[in-house]
Amino acid sequence: MVFLAEWWDLRDLGNAVGAFLEWLGDRGPDWLPYTASAIIGSIALLVFLLVSLLMVAWVERRLLGRIQARLGPNRVGPWGVFQSIADAIKMLTKEAITSANADRWVFWLAPILVAVPALMVFAVLPFNEGMVLADLNVGVLFLVAIGSVTVIPVFMAGWSSNNKFSMLGAMREVAMLISYEIPQVLALLGVVIFTNTMRLNGIVGWQDEHNTWLVFLQPLAILIYFIAGAVEINRTPTDLAEAESEIVAGYHTEYSGIKFGMFWVGEYFAGFAIAAIVATLYLGGWTLWGLEEWVPGWIIFLVKLYAVFWFFIWMRGTLPRLRIDQLMGFAWKFLLPLALINIFFAGLEVLLWQENDLAAEVVLPVFAIANLALAVGLIVAWAQLLGRGRPEWRPTRARLVKELGAVVYGQEG
Amino acid sequence: MEDVGSIVAFWVLSVITVGAALMVVAVRNLIHAVLFLILSFIGVAGLYLTLSADFVAIAQILIYAGAISVLILFAVMLTPRAARDNAETFLQVPGLVLAALVAVTMGAIALVTDWSEATSGPMSETAEAIGEALLDKYVLPFEIASVVLLAAMVGAIVLVRED
Repeated sequence: MVFLAEWWDLRDLGNAVGAFLEWLGDRGPDWLPYTASAIIGSIALLVFLLVSLLMVAWVERRLLGRIQARLGPNRVGPWGVFQSIADAIKMLTKEAITSANADRWVFWLAPILVAVPALMVFAVLPFNEGMVLADLNVGVLFLVAIGSVTVIPVFMAGWSSNNKFSMLGAMREVAMLISYEIPQVLALLGVVIFTNTMRLNGIVGWQDEHNTWLVFLQPLAILIYFIAGAVEINRTPTDLAEAESEIVAGYHTEYSGIKFGMFWVGEYFAGFAIAAIVATLYLGGWTLWGLEEWVPGWIIFLVKLYAVFWFFIWMRGTLPRLRIDQLMGFAWKFLLPLALINIFFAGLEVLLWQENDLAAEVVLPVFAIANLALAVGLIVAWAQLLGRGRPEWRPTRARLVKELGAVVYGQEG
Repeated sequence: MEDVGSIVAFWVLSVITVGAALMVVAVRNLIHAVLFLILSFIGVAGLYLTLSADFVAIAQILIYAGAISVLILFAVMLTPRAARDNAETFLQVPGLVLAALVAVTMGAIALVTDWSEATSGPMSETAEAIGEALLDKYVLPFEIASVVLLAAMVGAIVLVRED
């Protein structure tokens, strides 16, 4: 572990914690600093996430109100700032019903596990140079692995409810997650190709060293990652797993009270996690071109995190919900080929750069312009390609499904 | 393996892994069996971590807990009435005998073999070494495996196409 300065240098709270752990290590047994750092880090992360939750939930509701030309919460406290606290109390005090035919153990376990993957993501994210709970050297791979297990609690909830709408929601969520995982991983691979490391602090350091953000070098990758992340956190426009106009409330139809609250909390935590990953990998993490010398890095990081989350809120207020087949087709036909082409060009660029020993100051702006042109060109060209011939399929008046030549289940052949 | 932490971790993880694996066989409900299987996979990943095999541990979670278990869950879901009415099977006794034989054989091997202790200590970074080995020395098997997977994917698509 590297400590920047004296413990009282609160620009990096890791200094104070590190000094305390060293003091503890000198006096206590070997295992004490490890245990203490785990406990301090976990409590700090939980406090940060819960405070963010109360704040962002209120901001989101106010913002959605503004977008939809209504007032939003404005009765509890000035501008309704205590609305989140009132909601939390409401959720805690409501009855948590377990339906008679539910699988009790799994039903009870799912809301407990649902927030765990998002919490684990924050363990590897650097808030500042020393402010990281576990600086894994396979950090990016860890993020991918944690992203892949988020389906299990959702599946448990949907299955154990013994309700067809819950089951449909869970199946949708699983199908969406395993489809969008692939473009998401390929988008992350572009970052790893450029930075040559999977350690998250190393990726932030690379961006700091070259005075750039990876969003400029990998515009297509951040777009793909952002879309895939939006699908993963299950918010409108991609909240098909709980689409209330189609399947009641999806996988948490049967949950009430604090059990439902845990799903709500887990959704927000997952949103923060995706926003934090975008901020770290593509937007330079805790660095801001020298400003981190004066402003605490964790404040810069949090500002970036909330800015990315603000985009999620904006999307939720603006876009209508997609249809499940559109969403799946978009992953496989649009994002996956584009992500593959993006990786190919990222690899080619890095190879050209390394083999010819070019200066980073010259090469990176050229790459940035080339990649931006590539991203725009590819998106336009691929959309044209996929959209070719589409207007003829659109019916001009209401028709039976059979007339359109589609398969009607139960009447095949 | 001298310090207290890794010994405690080893025993806790072993109990989780083996206990969950036993429950996979013992429970009647297939979905519960899959969930215990996931717990067992995660326990194995933890054991890899105590051996400082960070890349393998995370690949274990990614592939087994994240991908294969979801595949099994789908398979169980698409099987009607998989969750209940799982009666006794006539293979119970032969299965137990076979399991006991395997356990005895493996235990005997573990006791008889003259294990050489690792002298180099924990490795710091394994991901880079694995990556270099895969793309340098073992590039041909690596490429062949990817071609096989591609063929499997194309085959699956061909099988389910309607026209």
